[in-house]
Amino acid sequence: MAERLAMLGAPVDEIVELGAELGDVVIARVDDVRQHPNADRLRVCTVDTGTGATLQVVCGAPNVQAGGFYPFAPVGATLPGDVQIRKAKLRGEASEGMLCSARELGLGRDHAGLLALTGEWEPGARFVDALELDDARLVVDVTPNRPDLLSHVGVAREVAPGGVAEITAAPFDGASVCPQPARAEWQGEVAGIRVAIDDLDGCPRYMAAVIRGARVGPSPEWVATRLRVIGLRPINNVVDATNYVLHELGQPLHAFDLARLQGGEVHIRRAGDGETLRTLDGVERTLVAQDLVIADAERPIALAGVMGGADSEVSETTTELLIECARFDPRSVRRAARRLALSTDASYRFERGVDPEGLPRALNSVVDLIVALAGGTPEAALDVGADARDQTTVVLNPERVNRTLGVSLDPGEIAGYLRPLGFETARQDSVLRVQVPSFRSDVETEIDLVEEIARRRGYDTFVGSLPAFRPSAVPTEPMVALQARLHALLGRWGFLEARTAGFAPAAPERVPLRNPLSAEESSLRDALLPGLLRRLEHNLAHAVRDVRLYEIGTVFLPDSQGQAPREDVHLAAVFTGARDPAHWTSPGEAWTVWDLKGLLEDLASELGGQGVPEGERLQVGGKDGAVLGGGGPLPARGGAVWGLEVTIAPQNAQVDAAAYHPLPIFPAVDRDLALLIPDGVTAAEVDSAIRTAAGPMLEALFPFDLFQGAGIPQGNRSVAWRLRFRTAERTLTDAEVDAAINRTLKTLEDRFGIRRR
Amino acid sequence: MKADLIAQLQGLEEEGTVAVQEAPPESLEGLRVELLGRKGRLTGILRHVVQLAPEDRPVVGAEANRVKQALSELLDARAAEAGPAEALGPLEDLTLPGRRRWRGGLHPVTQTVNEICDIFRDLGFSRVSGPEAETLDYNFTKLNIPLDHPAADMHDTFFLNEGVVLRTHTSPVQARTMERCAPPVRVVVPGMCYRRDAWDASHAPAFEQIEGLAVDEGISFVDFRATIDEFVRRFFGPATRTRFRPSYFPFTEPSAEVDVSCQICGGSGCSACKGTGWMEIMGAGMVHPKVFANVGYDPERYTGFAFGMGPARITMLRHRIPDIRLLYENDMRFLEQFA
Repeated sequence: MAERLAMLGAPVDEIVELGAELGDVVIARVDDVRQHPNADRLRVCTVDTGTGATLQVVCGAPNVQAGGFYPFAPVGATLPGDVQIRKAKLRGEASEGMLCSARELGLGRDHAGLLALTGEWEPGARFVDALELDDARLVVDVTPNRPDLLSHVGVAREVAPGGVAEITAAPFDGASVCPQPARAEWQGEVAGIRVAIDDLDGCPRYMAAVIRGARVGPSPEWVATRLRVIGLRPINNVVDATNYVLHELGQPLHAFDLARLQGGEVHIRRAGDGETLRTLDGVERTLVAQDLVIADAERPIALAGVMGGADSEVSETTTELLIECARFDPRSVRRAARRLALSTDASYRFERGVDPEGLPRALNSVVDLIVALAGGTPEAALDVGADARDQTTVVLNPERVNRTLGVSLDPGEIAGYLRPLGFETARQDSVLRVQVPSFRSDVETEIDLVEEIARRRGYDTFVGSLPAFRPSAVPTEPMVALQARLHALLGRWGFLEARTAGFAPAAPERVPLRNPLSAEESSLRDALLPGLLRRLEHNLAHAVRDVRLYEIGTVFLPDSQGQAPREDVHLAAVFTGARDPAHWTSPGEAWTVWDLKGLLEDLASELGGQGVPEGERLQVGGKDGAVLGGGGPLPARGGAVWGLEVTIAPQNAQVDAAAYHPLPIFPAVDRDLALLIPDGVTAAEVDSAIRTAAGPMLEALFPFDLFQGAGIPQGNRSVAWRLRFRTAERTLTDAEVDAAINRTLKTLEDRFGIRRR
Repeated sequence: MKADLIAQLQGLEEEGTVAVQEAPPESLEGLRVELLGRKGRLTGILRHVVQLAPEDRPVVGAEANRVKQALSELLDARAAEAGPAEALGPLEDLTLPGRRRWRGGLHPVTQTVNEICDIFRDLGFSRVSGPEAETLDYNFTKLNIPLDHPAADMHDTFFLNEGVVLRTHTSPVQARTMERCAPPVRVVVPGMCYRRDAWDASHAPAFEQIEGLAVDEGISFVDFRATIDEFVRRFFGPATRTRFRPSYFPFTEPSAEVDVSCQICGGSGCSACKGTGWMEIMGAGMVHPKVFANVGYDPERYTGFAFGMGPARITMLRHRIPDIRLLYENDMRFLEQFA
């Protein structure tokens, strides 16, 4: 059944085997109850469990009564949750077993008292057998478009092989004892009570029936058991009847104690601001003007479609009942339920929409059931409200069905799929006119019927081979390739990619969230580094000292022009610890600023710009000279931590195809110059001066040694540069190279006072 | 003179042959230089060739070439047989670990995203993106989600202002792409999405999604199934089965949830699949005609399908990662396992 439901679109979330863990439980009769001598809240019971001898059991439940029948777990029994029952002494009194509540048996949440069985039972009978609990509960996940599945009849309609035609069973078939309801447009009378819909938008239809002379008491066990197996708590025969029919048909119902209604009037109206209502759960609720309420002449008596009021609640003294069977505006119910954080079986169904044609049947059923369980006489019934809903007819073109589904069904086959679901079809030329049943308010257009056909035929019947296709008119974004190159670059550097959520604590320059989950995540990030730094600290806190993390992600910047923030893509990296994995061949080195600069230079070349030192900070310049980002040491615990962050802009993604440079034919001449460079003269200045002075024969120039200290005059450093000379046309002569070197040395001496070491 | 030179050459050959045969591998190269090098013994003998009569020179030259070749071949042969040992140099304990570099790499979720997008690229889908801060219009209305729908609720959605939210799915990019380009459209859209779920073992307020969209004339439900089936076989393996279950999304109809046979038990039922033998991997369906109308496509002419899946969840299934927070903690020891 679970499999079948899943394939119809209503997957089973959970299968609860009801009796599985209750095999040890038997029915017991309590013969005698007396106060525990040493504990106010405990009672000592004499219990007959059908073994011939009675047992003594200590019990804390307030509702235990002599002569009552209760489920009993004998010594040695195992209850749900692997609870073992042992012989015990409670405050000096021996206890040989346990009388159980519904919750202890896994049959509901009720733990206020013992699960009291009504009627006569045989002590010692197996509980699961006696109550026919040897059953399973299927918890069905219903999608929001299918409120018609929120009832047993609704699910039966779907799974019955022959469809809706097979669904007839209701416990009380045949003629209803409920009087024929009188029709009224917006107000009418039922047994002397005036019922008026003051807000037809909020309540398009309100049916009511009055029953007098009912005797409120516990429900018979067959009703109580059926409610318990679906997880409900039996309350009394009237309330149980409304719950029973709600779950049977999907129509929420409510019973008021007619005697508690003031002024002989019922109004369906909006609440006045500040009006209050104590709901059935005992909470005093302050209402707002939007809330739809049921009210008597003086005050609200129920929050429409959500919960009844405590003052008009059906109690054991109730004899006169007003039964409500209505349809409320889904939005009104949803708003109230959300505002009060109060989701009930009723509000859940009204929010999604109930069957507008289902009201009369539900009213008949509930009146019949109440009369059967509680007696009384149904006096009158009323049906108020515009019942003007036209039956929906949808024109269905079989061509549309076949084109969308990729099959070729003829109109007869299509009708064959729709009919069991309750749709009436009629041929009209080449199309079908399809009448939608009232309980399928989700079906409004042709495509809705296409889905019904596919569903009924079975999604797994649509089998075919991979289709031929035309290529996408949309090209892949250039950003994809750029990001792939950057990922590869960081991977080569030994960095691991991090992914962090895009939030940050509030700051003036950040875009705030209206409804954040926490202060830590109350704004959108405007940079990646702070988040990455926290991840680095997480690693350090777990004694991971060598950290190399990077992230490519979106940052959000306030945009005064637009409604939405500006979004940029950034790359950030943090690193600390050892530059290479520990190895026995070397003592290991830490990352230095030169690694940071090298990484920035690599990034700059991928981004089409160049790395430039500027003051204390290392920055990356873009193609057009804009600063794309930079890096430096970061404030963090422990050793040196390095970080960088750059913007990755799509305009930088276009990297020109590299032009081929012919490989050299003639040999190069290398000359090394060890230069004494006075402090204050930068390497960049020396580099630039050498390139200019040495002229076009200079192919490459780089420093290969730097030394300060012994033998070097104070205020100087010694930097050894290698100059590589070459031309494409011929082998250079020593004389030519010597001339270039001499020019270079002279320039350096003249401009900076630099001499050869 | 001539005979003397030839005798010297043959003496060199004899002596050299013994020396080469007896030399330890590491001194072979030195021996080659000594015998045949530019200042070696063979060159030393040949220096006297200038003193010979011109007609004798070729004879001596030929003999010198023969000796040189013979010794050279012998040296090569010895070097080849001693080769590997020679490259290793003096004796080392090769059980010591080698020197390696740090291993960098992609986050496991990025790997999943790339793998999925690459498969769809083979199936004709290009890769595009869209904004993460979206208007209500694109995130909901254009996708046929009314603003009073539970999905549009303040409770589930991060709002930046009245009209802008953090997108709750990548589906808005469907609308953006269709508005930008005429059919045929075949795209996949990976990206971050946001929902107001507090962090726990299976929820994150920010998570990845991959959207897919294919629109053209004549794309049917059968084509949709075949394409998804093909993706599943390529991504999860050829033996993996697919199951389409009816479901509901406002922007597709017919809608489906796609299950694949459980990657852990193979379909027989286990704790990972809660005994069903199936694992849910995506929501999908035929694009709703109302969505086409909303973006200016003719719903009478075009059909198509769309799908959305969670690469984080798929990553967790694949690597049996029990808690989604591990993905975003970015512990080096975690990331290294997948690099």
